[in-house]
This record gives sequence, structure tokens and C-alpha cells, in this order.
Amino acid sequence: MEPGKTKGRNMGNYFKLIALGLITLFAMMAANYARDLAYMVHAWIIMAVSLGLFIWTLRGMGTKTVHPQDEYMDDVVRYGVVATAFWGVVGFLVGVIIAFQLAFPSLNFEWAQGFANFGRLRPLHTSAVIFAFGGNALIATSFYIVQRTSAARLWGGNLAWFVFWGYQLFIVLAATGYLLGGTQSKEYAEPEWHVDLWLTIVWVAYLAVFLGTIIKRKEPHIYVANWFFLSFIVTVAMLHLVNNLTIPVSIWGSKSVIVWAGVQDAMVQWWYGHNAVGFFLTAGFLGMMYYFIPKQAERPVFSYKLSIIHFWALIFLYIWAGPHHLHYTALPDWASTLGMVFSVILWMPSWGGMINGLMTLSGAWDKLRTDPVIRMMVISVGFYGMSTFEGPMMSIRAVNSLSHYTDWTIGHVHSGALGWNGMITFGALYFLTPVLWKRERLYSLSLVSWHFWLATIGIVLYAASMWVTGIMEGLMWREVDANGFLVNSFADTVAAKFPMYVVRGLGGVMFLAGALIMCYNLWMTVRKAPAKEASLSVAVPAE
Amino acid sequence: MSKPSKKIEGDPTTTGHSWDGIEEFNNPLPRWWLWTFYVCIIWGIGYTIAYPAWPGIKGATEGMLGWSTRANVAADIQAAEDKLAPINAKLEAAELTQIASDAELGPYATSAGAAVFKTWCAQCHGSGAAGAKGYPNLLDNDWLWGGDIENIYLTIKHGIRNEEDDEARYSEMPAFGDDYLEDEDIDAVVNYVMSLSGDAKDASVVSAGAEVFADECASCHAEDGTGDREQGAPNLADAIWLYGGDYDTIKETVTYSRYGVMPSWGNRLSEAQVRAVASYVHQLGGGE
Repeated sequence: MEPGKTKGRNMGNYFKLIALGLITLFAMMAANYARDLAYMVHAWIIMAVSLGLFIWTLRGMGTKTVHPQDEYMDDVVRYGVVATAFWGVVGFLVGVIIAFQLAFPSLNFEWAQGFANFGRLRPLHTSAVIFAFGGNALIATSFYIVQRTSAARLWGGNLAWFVFWGYQLFIVLAATGYLLGGTQSKEYAEPEWHVDLWLTIVWVAYLAVFLGTIIKRKEPHIYVANWFFLSFIVTVAMLHLVNNLTIPVSIWGSKSVIVWAGVQDAMVQWWYGHNAVGFFLTAGFLGMMYYFIPKQAERPVFSYKLSIIHFWALIFLYIWAGPHHLHYTALPDWASTLGMVFSVILWMPSWGGMINGLMTLSGAWDKLRTDPVIRMMVISVGFYGMSTFEGPMMSIRAVNSLSHYTDWTIGHVHSGALGWNGMITFGALYFLTPVLWKRERLYSLSLVSWHFWLATIGIVLYAASMWVTGIMEGLMWREVDANGFLVNSFADTVAAKFPMYVVRGLGGVMFLAGALIMCYNLWMTVRKAPAKEASLSVAVPAE
Repeated sequence: MSKPSKKIEGDPTTTGHSWDGIEEFNNPLPRWWLWTFYVCIIWGIGYTIAYPAWPGIKGATEGMLGWSTRANVAADIQAAEDKLAPINAKLEAAELTQIASDAELGPYATSAGAAVFKTWCAQCHGSGAAGAKGYPNLLDNDWLWGGDIENIYLTIKHGIRNEEDDEARYSEMPAFGDDYLEDEDIDAVVNYVMSLSGDAKDASVVSAGAEVFADECASCHAEDGTGDREQGAPNLADAIWLYGGDYDTIKETVTYSRYGVMPSWGNRLSEAQVRAVASYVHQLGGGE
């Protein structure tokens, strides 16, 4: 190495050391002046992390590892695969716990009040599955796919590592915040202002890595999966910023006050909330689907034209659909109508992705018999189609007046989240693990089959029990006698739901059991499956 | 280097692009998909003409149907009120004691009162009215302020110990632990109270407790401990407990006193609703 280069690198390290030292000092002050427990614990975590990085940078001064620029950056994807599996199990486990807390309220133990009661664990569950499991899956697969389909190494050197570890830090800060009561009480946007700021930095870095890689691609065209990933990254950044515009009460405390007031706040929240579904859980995961299904089926994508039309229609229409979460509230009727109309028109653009996924298998349907991984991907697209039909239907005001606030909504999001997001992620993990660890094949296909059936039956139990209990409680709430008086008290409807709550919990147990089997199978694939000879990690344009 | 997609006889042409071996067919849009999409769009345009939809500078289009959620709910409420107005007027005019025996008003008051109870009262008294710790059971014969229809009506209309209604029922038990009684006196009187309906924890102090009771408690709870409904002083001899009849709970009650509050429902419900829910509670089983 030239001496000049080492010097320049050490200069950079000096700046890094100064920055880390200042952050450590600031975190110490923050821990000292903290006005609440969540903020203090966060200051301690940040102090420990920046101090650790300080020491690590100091010890690494003067050394440099050179990465050949024509090699794919796969280490960060491997870490992402492990993180996805880990957070998946955590999120499913917390989901099972809170499902049983609802069925058996005595599981909200007296000693656990204030950190492990239902109210604290519920946002932990939703954020763990959506942002920790889903987010890691999206980051890992998008890093893998954008490199392969651009024939280029990830842009930005170690910035991809910053994105990965920065995102894990965000997850830890968000999760500890929920347990300790640091929440701004906005569904799916619970983290307080200091955690939001950190996520913003990480997300901008993610956008830079992704966009940088696309810009330096060696393929003439941008593959459809990358359109979806890019729309997901850009839109989530916009949603996150607007829905989290808050003014902190103090820089030494986690509490903040949102700038939006009243119904405007509700509207911004559900514009955010619905597009978290639309762009995080739909567009991003469609990006995943557009790569892994053609790869696993070894068939061309069904229709290029359909992919263009449904992509633009989907991202144009989704952004308007949020008001359907606020039918029959203080929201003006005109906004409620538009939310419903755009949701219904969204039906076919959503199904465009399902058609392209399923029809890509034409000519390879026989694989459903022999390949449980493709079976997983197909059922995932099936659940996608079902929940993107159910969603527009539930957005219709007349249907919503029955379904709103009931467990039907919970069943709907879980058939989407467990069925679509969960199953396509499992398929991607089964695809990626042998490739990334250079194995000939998975350790056991019969374990994949076990996972497939446990998860599928678990989802069916979950969704069916929630349909039954949701429609039942909706009907009980509106039941009146001959004089127009209500027949049931709220507690009557809660008591009537008990058996279905137990069934739902059992469905969750089966889904969790399947995920644990997957973890074992992936672990044994890395440990025991025969190694593959040829390396796949060199960036060469396909055509 | 990456595996290209497999081709089968009869496949359509591809776009000619390939990414990591993935190609794309030149298939057209499925007809049924496109036509369903068009139909949805046309329906959407029609729907937004019929219903309030498009925002402008001074407000939104109102839609050709003149439909409005607020107007709809106001009309529904008005229709229900109009329908029930005659019988509610009769209910408000009737003697309270005559409601239950009236062939028309009796069943009506019970069903209307049940709906009021499930909406406003069940949170504390339970949806079956069996009560909870600190919230009286309304099914039994034990009444703090009286169990005939007139007393139940008064309790509901004005509430208990609230600060929103001057006519609320009011009484306050002293906190005897507040430099008032010695610890041993409290221990003795608690044992005496336990002995009225069961076994004392420490039988040796019961007679000492009886003296304390006669001096300090009997003025409200009566000499035999059967209470006084005029002051809402509970009967201590019937083994029915509002907060609990074990030694520790009674000791807590004597030491710190209790101050149960009930809202004034006359401020929130109509006269007919108050009468209806009073009739409902009266017929639950304990009415006198």
C-alpha cells in the first residue's frame, strides 16, 4: 500500500475518533440529566456502543483490509439473514405471549406490570415483526438483489455495514423504549423523537447505498425488483419524516409533542400507517417476490408490460388510501370517500403482482410437487392476493361499519403479514442460505415441508378464528331489541370471544414452531450441507 | 455464469433483457385484469360524483345524493327519539312505585334500563350487576342507602359523594387510625366486627372491641352493628362485605376509612333513562 493512502485513512480515523468521543461524552451527559427512565437507558446504550466503536477504531488504526471491487458484498447480507431469522423468532414469540394474554388476562402478571403487560408488549410485537423481521429481510434481500441485478458491488464501502448495525441499534432503542414507557402512542410509529432521528440517519444511508449501487450498475436496464425497492425506501423516508414531526419537551427527555393536532393528526397518522403497509409490507416485499420467484422457478417473469403498469398504478393509488382507516369519525366525509374509492381501484394493481408471481410458474407447475421452497413462495403470493382483495372490500364504508374496531381487522393484517410477508421471507431465506454460505443444497427439504404445513395451518387457524370472532363482535355491538335498545354490553362481547382467542393463540404457536424448525434447518445447512464448488460471488453482467 | 431461465416449446418472446439470469416475457396485460381495472375506475368516478368527494378551496363537493354521515346519524337518533317519545313521556309522568306493575311501562322500563345499565353502569358494577370490590352487588338484599324504588332512583339520579351534584348522598366515616384510636383499640374493634358475622381472628379481645364499638361506631352502624341506611352506614352483621371481611381489609377500612364515589347520572341521562335504569336495578332480585 502507498504510504500516502495510509495517512489519508488515518486522518479519517482521527475524525471518527473525535466524533465517537464527543458522542460518548454527550451520551454520558444525557444519562446524567435524563428526565425519564427510557431516555436514560437509551443514553447508556448509545454511550456503550460509541465507546465500543471508539476502542475498536483505535485498535484498528493503521491497518486496512482491501476488498476487491469486482466482488459482491455478501457478508452484510449474511448478517442480514441471521438477523431476520433471529428477530422473526423474537417477534413471533412475543405475538404468541400477547395472544394468550388476551385469552387469559391473568398472564398480565402483577410483577410484570409496567414492562411486560399487554399494553407494553403489543407495540413490541408489531414493531419486532414489521420493522425488525420485515425490515431486516428487506434490507438483506435488497442488498443481495440490487448487486446481482446490477452486476455491481454495493456502493459506499462500509456504509452498508453502517446501515445494518445502525438499523439493529434502532431496533434495540425502539424495543427498550416500548418496555420502559417511551412511546409517542402512534401505531407503528411509537418510537420517540431521538430514536426517530437516528432512524432517519440510517435510512438516508440506506437510500444512498441502494441508489449508489443502481447508478453504478453494469446492466443497461433497472430490474423491476429494484423499482419496488426504491419506491419503498423513498416513500418510507417521506412517511417517517412527516408523521414524526414533533417538538421535544426537553433534549434530556424522551417525551415530545406532535405538531399535528386533532383530526389532521389522525389523518397524517393513517396516511403513514396505511402506506407503511403499502410501501414497507407490499412494495418492498414485491421487490423480493420479483427476484426470488423467477429464480426459484427458473422461468422468465410472466409479463414485463404488466409489471410496469401495476407498479405505477400501485404506487400512485396506495398513497391516497389512508382515510379508509377513519371512516365514521371526525374525518370529513369527502376524505373518507376518496380513501375508499382509491382503495377499491387499488384492487387490480395489487393483483398485478399476484398474477405476475403465479403466472411465472406456468411451465414449472410440477415444481410444486417436488420443491417445498417454491410451494412456500406460491402460497405467499396466494395470501397476498387474498388480503389485497379483503383490504379493498373492508375499505367500503358499509363493510367497514361492521368490521372496524373488531378482530376482523386483526385477522386481515395477519393473513397479510404471516401469509404474504412471512412466507415470502421464509422462501427468500431458504433460497439465500445455501447460496451465501456456498452450500450445494439445503440441509433438509422435509423440514421445509414441516415448516410449510405448520405455518400454513397456523395462519388458517389464526385468520379463520379472527373472522369468526370479528364478525361476531361486530354483530353483537350493533344488536338492538324491538325498542332500539342495545342488547349486549362490551364485556359480553369480550367473554364471547374467549374460545376463538385460544384458537388464535394455538395458530400462533404453530407458526412459531415452524419458524424454529426453519432456524434449525438453516443452521444445519451452514454446518452440515455439502459445500458447493463454483463461486457465485463475482460481479459480471448477465448479458 | 448465472443460470438462465429455462425455455419451453411454445413460450412467447422475451424483452431481450436479462438480469442475473432472469428474463421477462412479452405477454400482454390479461384482458380480464385490464377490464376489471377499467370498471373499478369508472365506478370510482361515478361514486365520487354521487357522494361528497373532491376538495376545493372553500369546501368539498357534496355529491348528488346529498349524503352525509352527520346528517344520517342525526336523522337516526331523531327517528328513535320520536318513536319512543310517547312512552318516555308516560314513564316520566308515572309514579315510581307504579311502574313495575304497569303492563306497558314495566317491560319497557326493564329493557330500556338494561341498555342504560350495560352502557353506563357495567364498568363498575359488572355487566351482570354482581359488583366488585368497592362496587356494591346489586343482586342481593343488602342495600347501603335503601333498596326500594324511590331510594334507588335517588341514588342513581344524584350519585354518592360526588362534587357535581349538591343533592348527592353524602356521609364520611372517620379514619380512626388518624391519631384517633390506639392500635390495640383498632385491633380489638376489628376482631369484634369479625365476630358479628363469623369468627374473630383473636377471640380474647372481642369483649374489649365491643366497648370500643359502642363508644365509636354504634352511632352510625347501630348498637347491634346492623347499620343505618339514612347515613349509608353498612350492615356489619350480615357477612356481606363491600371491600372485604378478612382481618387485614377491615383493619385498613377502620384505620384509613373508605370514600366510594358514584357519579350523578341525572346530569348525564334523561329523566326517562334514570327512571328506566332504577326500575331495571329494582327488579334484579333485591328490590324492596
